Amino acid sequence: MPFSRRRFLRHSALATTTLIAAPAVFRSGAFGAEKPIVVGSLHDQSGPIAASGTPMVYALQLAVDEINAGGGLLGRPLKVIHYDTQSNIQMYSQFAQQLAVKDKVDVVHGGITSASREAVRPTFDRFKVLYFYNVLYEGGVCDRNTFCTGTTPAQTVEKLVPSAMKKAGKKAYIIAADYNYGQITAKWMTKYVKDNGGEVLSTDFFPLDVTNFGTTISKIQAAKPDLILSALVGGNHTAFYRQWTSAGMKGKIPIASTTFGLVNEPTTLDAAESDSILGAYGYFEELATPASKSFVEKIKKAHPDSPYVSELAACTYEGAMLWAEGVKKAASIDRMKVIEALESGIAFDGPSGKVSLDKPTHHTTRNAFLAEVKDRKWSVLESYSDVKPADTASVCDLVKNPTDTKQYIINL
Amino acid sequence: MAIYLIVALDVLNGISSLFLLCLGLAIIFGMMKIINLAHGEFIMLGAYATVISANAGVNIWIAMLIVAPLFVGLVGLVIERCLIRFLYGRLVDSMLATWGLSLLIIGIITTIYGNTQQGVPTPLGGFSIGSYQSSYYTLFLAGMAIGMMVLVYGVMRYTRLGLIARATMQNPAMAATLGVNPTRVYMSTFVVGAAVTGLAGGLVAPVSGITPGMGGAYVAKAFMTVVGGGAAMLSGTMSAASLFGAVNQVGAYFTTPVYGEVLVFTTAIVLIRLLPQGISGRFFKGNL
Repeated sequence: MPFSRRRFLRHSALATTTLIAAPAVFRSGAFGAEKPIVVGSLHDQSGPIAASGTPMVYALQLAVDEINAGGGLLGRPLKVIHYDTQSNIQMYSQFAQQLAVKDKVDVVHGGITSASREAVRPTFDRFKVLYFYNVLYEGGVCDRNTFCTGTTPAQTVEKLVPSAMKKAGKKAYIIAADYNYGQITAKWMTKYVKDNGGEVLSTDFFPLDVTNFGTTISKIQAAKPDLILSALVGGNHTAFYRQWTSAGMKGKIPIASTTFGLVNEPTTLDAAESDSILGAYGYFEELATPASKSFVEKIKKAHPDSPYVSELAACTYEGAMLWAEGVKKAASIDRMKVIEALESGIAFDGPSGKVSLDKPTHHTTRNAFLAEVKDRKWSVLESYSDVKPADTASVCDLVKNPTDTKQYIINL
Repeated sequence: MAIYLIVALDVLNGISSLFLLCLGLAIIFGMMKIINLAHGEFIMLGAYATVISANAGVNIWIAMLIVAPLFVGLVGLVIERCLIRFLYGRLVDSMLATWGLSLLIIGIITTIYGNTQQGVPTPLGGFSIGSYQSSYYTLFLAGMAIGMMVLVYGVMRYTRLGLIARATMQNPAMAATLGVNPTRVYMSTFVVGAAVTGLAGGLVAPVSGITPGMGGAYVAKAFMTVVGGGAAMLSGTMSAASLFGAVNQVGAYFTTPVYGEVLVFTTAIVLIRLLPQGISGRFFKGNL
């Protein structure tokens, strides 16, 4: 057969068309019946917040894998689209847009710091994408499109302060990080100290790059408190616990903290520096219930080098499972139907115990735990069941104001 | 009474740690006018070298005083040969290059060790003055600061090496005609500066939080101190460290830690306005 230029052009054109069309043809043929339900994930896996974000990604993946192993939702498999937000708020805004507009996800789990949550929440409101924030925070978010599954101060600080005061005494000295979390948490600490008949001698705030705590340690000694309440945050601030111990103060004045040990502090400090510090969270890796043990085992099996599995990971897992329960109950992936189903009193038995969604606040009623550091691990002292998000409930009622979208600052 | 002693110790601690953290930078910046924005990362490398060798079973004192400066000195040698030697006399380029370098070092350390690193406890323990407690480590840091000052002064003032270094810094072309190899002098000065910074990193390791990004907390204050000190390497750095260290600690004690920081920065602005050449541009002219 003679091979003319015209014939060559015709053949190439045909071949090109086939190649270009192939993916579309194959895709609709293979998956047309069960297009996956897409779950968006925005977590920091690099940068300073990576130690918090990494186990959250593992937990979300675990939840999705388990749901898929059980046949998916509504007969469709789940697919995670994850973006590493690199501890950078700008990345949060950018990837939130991308998830909503380009990837067209059905739900988003993510956000770690309060700043990152407030950067993405309006985007998901605007594009009508259901949003789950699975992190402990200062409370007050009131938004029908958003579910906050982590603990708030009324669930943890309220338990921590009286137990610490009972052990130590009535006079407290507060040290906290100088940004919105630390400032607001210090207010909650002050409130609960006063509610329990105590007195706050002084409150000191520290910018996040302070590394020398010498004068603070002297000031604390001069004030002679019975108890130190700490909301110090980040790597630089762990220096406080070191310098406290090196001055020989360890054990002389007890310390209770709302931030210590949420991420990796017990692992970075020596046992002598961290022993007997008190903390209260919605979950501890050391919790000895069967559900908790199997949860930790599954994460450590899949990722042997996983950082500490804290409330952050447990709440992310529970958040994903609560959402799945909602989808099942709604028998649809439609956003409004799922929200209505989630508001109907959905509950899930997770690693921390029973977690149920509260309709007026879109927060959770969940268990809280009090623990003490022993030999670089937490030892759980007490558990409190079904603690309500009373702080947010005092300002937020989505039944009355379903169109509310703001974060209230709770006046104390 | 005891409380005044304790506050005096805090001030001493503030001054000596600031001096130790700046000295390496002063050697590099003061002598070669290279702005090393990776200074904080050199501190971090010193701290990591200490912590990792101490956790591997090396005696804590050897880890701090020998492993840290040796390791960071070697890193400095590699960096000088591969990067810095092309940048002498190019101030702005050196800033950009060393800033990139600092990001690279943070990235490498994060990739190898992750964000979580077990630290070392502070050696020596505490002592009491009246009903107050302080740490022997504070006194040790002050001793180290004085030791380093004497050492640098001695080397620069009384040895042939110091004479050559000073001559090269003053007039490299003239020194070269007299048979000195300036490239060699620059290289060794950079290595010494890096090693001194590594030592500082090792010394702060037991009293700070060890993360790959920890250098960021030190670098701004170090630059402020070196610039505030002016051209004279030792007397300038020492006087600026004394001023800023004391202002920070006294300010933090009598007000709050936030104002302690604010006061330092305000003092620095006023100082540079009144003495644009730094403290030593006015008071210790011609000193080391």
